[in-house]
Amino acid sequence: MADRPFIARGFHGRRPQAHPERLPPGQYETRDFPVLSAGPTPRVSLAAWDFTIHGIDGGSVRWTWDELHALPRETPTVDIHCVTKWSRFDTTWEGVSVDTLLDAAAAQGVDGGAYVVAFCDGGYTTNLPAADVTGGRAWVVWGYGGGPLPPEHGGPARLLVPHLYFWKSAKWVRGLRLLARDEPGFWEELGYHERGDPWREQRYRGDP
Amino acid sequence: MSEPRPAVPGGPAPLAWRVATVRGVSPASAHARTLVLDVPAWPGHRAGQHVDVRLVAEDGYQAQRSYSIASAPEDTGVSLTVERLDDGEVSPYLTDVLRPGDGLEVRGPIGGYFAWDVVAGGPLLLVGGGSGVVPLLAMLRHRAHAGAAARARVPARLIYSARTLEAVIDRADIERLEGATEVDVVLTLTRETGMEWTGRRGRVDRGLLAEAGWPPSAAPRAFVCGPTPFVEAVATMLVELGHEPRHVRTERFGPTG
Ligand SMILES: Cc1cc2nc3c(=O)[nH]c(=O)nc-3n(C[C@H](O)[C@H](O)[C@H](O)COP(=O)(O)OP(=O)(O)OC[C@H]3O[C@@H](n4cnc5c(N)ncnc54)[C@H](O)[C@@H]3O)c2cc1C
Repeated sequence: MADRPFIARGFHGRRPQAHPERLPPGQYETRDFPVLSAGPTPRVSLAAWDFTIHGIDGGSVRWTWDELHALPRETPTVDIHCVTKWSRFDTTWEGVSVDTLLDAAAAQGVDGGAYVVAFCDGGYTTNLPAADVTGGRAWVVWGYGGGPLPPEHGGPARLLVPHLYFWKSAKWVRGLRLLARDEPGFWEELGYHERGDPWREQRYRGDP
Repeated sequence: MSEPRPAVPGGPAPLAWRVATVRGVSPASAHARTLVLDVPAWPGHRAGQHVDVRLVAEDGYQAQRSYSIASAPEDTGVSLTVERLDDGEVSPYLTDVLRPGDGLEVRGPIGGYFAWDVVAGGPLLLVGGGSGVVPLLAMLRHRAHAGAAARARVPARLIYSARTLEAVIDRADIERLEGATEVDVVLTLTRETGMEWTGRRGRVDRGLLAEAGWPPSAAPRAFVCGPTPFVEAVATMLVELGHEPRHVRTERFGPTG
């Protein structure tokens, strides 16, 4: 509405103590790790677990839990930003780069387009431009803070796309569908932003 | 890197920040206040949705938080019920500083999943912890606006866990809804030490959910809201009791509580 924001009478706020430059607009730093999800936490057995990439032409490639762990591992340390306003700095994860998975898929003739949709246990989905999950900026992770990823935070495995709001880092992820055209995911259908860049404050549909 | 095309062609209108006017402030519990807001050009909402509140200081520093809408869509004005966290950044401002006549920036309504209306049907199983009862009360207030026949088709139960009796939000209104709109209410207090409370004590557990909730065969629509550990525990127990995960909708109020 107004270009000049409305000043809240008598509001001073609690300023971030450290690294204000790492905090996107409208976010605050928390030392906790809050949880956001729309339903109960799904529980799956690792024996039955797999991760599948479905290519644009109907082909697919699938990894079991053990096969995924046999791929080259990475341990990213990243800041994460949730659309519910909290940010958390220097979180540590363990998993495999999405580049590694897409390269392996392409080597087997499973090709992609400009978009991906992550799909999950419990029916959750989220859409992302392919450019946002390549170039060393996205992982499938199973470890958090030196231990296994707890179920309420998305274990056994979740997507990690730290440069976008955290709902894009789909919990309980089971695979990616590669698409030529964009398709809204769960929150995106419900009015959340298509891309979700926290630095541009792309929270809801229609934000810049 | 190229910008992705929006899935909705044409580009939707942004959800605008609006400067609401505080019309009234009233106590909801010993620690919570209800703010009644006049929001210009408010588009209406569904029970269960929330707004974002933005506070901007003189030098441009800003803080944002989400608050559930406490009022029914049928009510005039948009009410928020805010519980004061003593060391919080935003809630003490909303409960202690804001006065009638002040402006407050809000945008919304937000969230279409944790939302319910009478046409969505029931039975309704509402399980709230602490301030997590707020969106559930909006659902019951909305249901109260429906006729008795419509209400009879969507029987409702509320299981509400609060720390103490004085922390219970809108106790009088809950009693009104219980008496006048046939809601079964079970209140349980987790830290009440006073002798005058003769009701249930302790956390919501499987036994309470089995006894006071609906059986899975009734296929209730469950809405669970509160602090993260509360929601995590209750939603897991509901699934263990046999409720369909897709019928259990949750809203987690973050790290607090
Ligand atoms: C969808 C949604 C709906 C909600 N609806 C409601 C509602 O209807 N009513 C309601 O009352 N709340 C609601 N909440 C919660 C609300 O958004 C706020 O989280 C809550 O009011 C606390 O905000 P705060 O700024 O007062 O506390 P914060 O400043 O966010 O602090 C919260 C707690 O974290 C600790 N903390 C965090 N960071 C620091 C720090 N740097 N230094 C010290 N302590 C810290 C403090 O101990 C404090 O108690 C909702 C949340 C969501 C996501």
